[in-house]
Amino acid sequence: MRTVPITARITMPASARKGEVVTVRVLVRHPMERAANAPGVAPTPRRILHAFRVTYGGEEVFRMDLSPGVTANPYVEFTTVATESGTLVFEWHEDGGAIYRREARLDVA
Amino acid sequence: MTAGRRAARALLLALPWLVAGLLAGAAEIRPTRDYLSPGLRDAQEDPSRHPGWLWVEEGEALWREGARSCQSCHGDIAGMAGVAARYPAVAEDGALLNLEGRIERCRARHQGAPAFGYESEPLLALTAAVALRSHGQPVAVETGGAAAPFLEEGRRFYEARQGQLNLSCGQCHDDNAGRRLRGDVISNGLGTGYPAYRLDWNTLGSLHRRLRACSLGVRAEQLPLGAPEYLALELFLASRAAGLPIEAPGLRR
Repeated sequence: MRTVPITARITMPASARKGEVVTVRVLVRHPMERAANAPGVAPTPRRILHAFRVTYGGEEVFRMDLSPGVTANPYVEFTTVATESGTLVFEWHEDGGAIYRREARLDVA
Repeated sequence: MTAGRRAARALLLALPWLVAGLLAGAAEIRPTRDYLSPGLRDAQEDPSRHPGWLWVEEGEALWREGARSCQSCHGDIAGMAGVAARYPAVAEDGALLNLEGRIERCRARHQGAPAFGYESEPLLALTAAVALRSHGQPVAVETGGAAAPFLEEGRRFYEARQGQLNLSCGQCHDDNAGRRLRGDVISNGLGTGYPAYRLDWNTLGSLHRRLRACSLGVRAEQLPLGAPEYLALELFLASRAAGLPIEAPGLRR
């Protein structure tokens, strides 16, 4: 299974106090192509990011399934509690098996 | 009732109409952000929620890319501050160029690279990244000298009635600005937010793409992207926006 970088904007503080609630905002560049098949239309297979998963220090803190009704370039916002310094790993699972990955560091004082 | 009181009463009765006239009115040209819904306006100014910034990021990477990169001549992209506020402008050879046109020409002449093509992803990204550096700066296009005939052409295009609906631009964007049309609020029709991310498009798009939608809306002929008529109109729109802030990358419905 291949892992590729992807254009994404992850907005979160670089550091936080222990126990603080941290807001994470994620924008990702993706056309979220819905399947199209109708008379007179070139058939297009579905190619969307169908799942989004975030781990923090190896532990899953956020997961969501995305449907074909979700807009292109989807925006997701969630919160997590700062427990210890570590890396947040953002993973998008695309139809066809590709996994896109980005990372962000959170320092906890 | 004395004449004075009668006049005062007449004025009082007319007041709501005067106020409504100002809001939906012809005289004042306001920045497009004033016509956006509060949610959209906030998101436009928030890079963490505005998808247009994904293109900005790509554009900034393109600026540095390659042996003969933009950066190798122009230096850091921060040096592009205020440039977008001066376009469209007349080039040395007398052609009217908008920001997209200038970037394409620079690519062909100085970078020896093939043109990206109007509305291509890299051109949109690079234009957005350059335009962002003028964000908030007042529009200050040159309208005299060599630009004067283009401005006049643009004004004619703006004022001409067009299409099966036989409408001129001003009949919506001056006479009815602030009122609703097809679920959106009519703005003064400025190009200051372009390239803009339109939720309708699900992507970033140029002003000319938006103008094509306007042409379709009045059932007139849709001109090709980069057409001289649209370029002249772009200059006229910029002259209407003189002194108003650049909003690019904009966020539109």
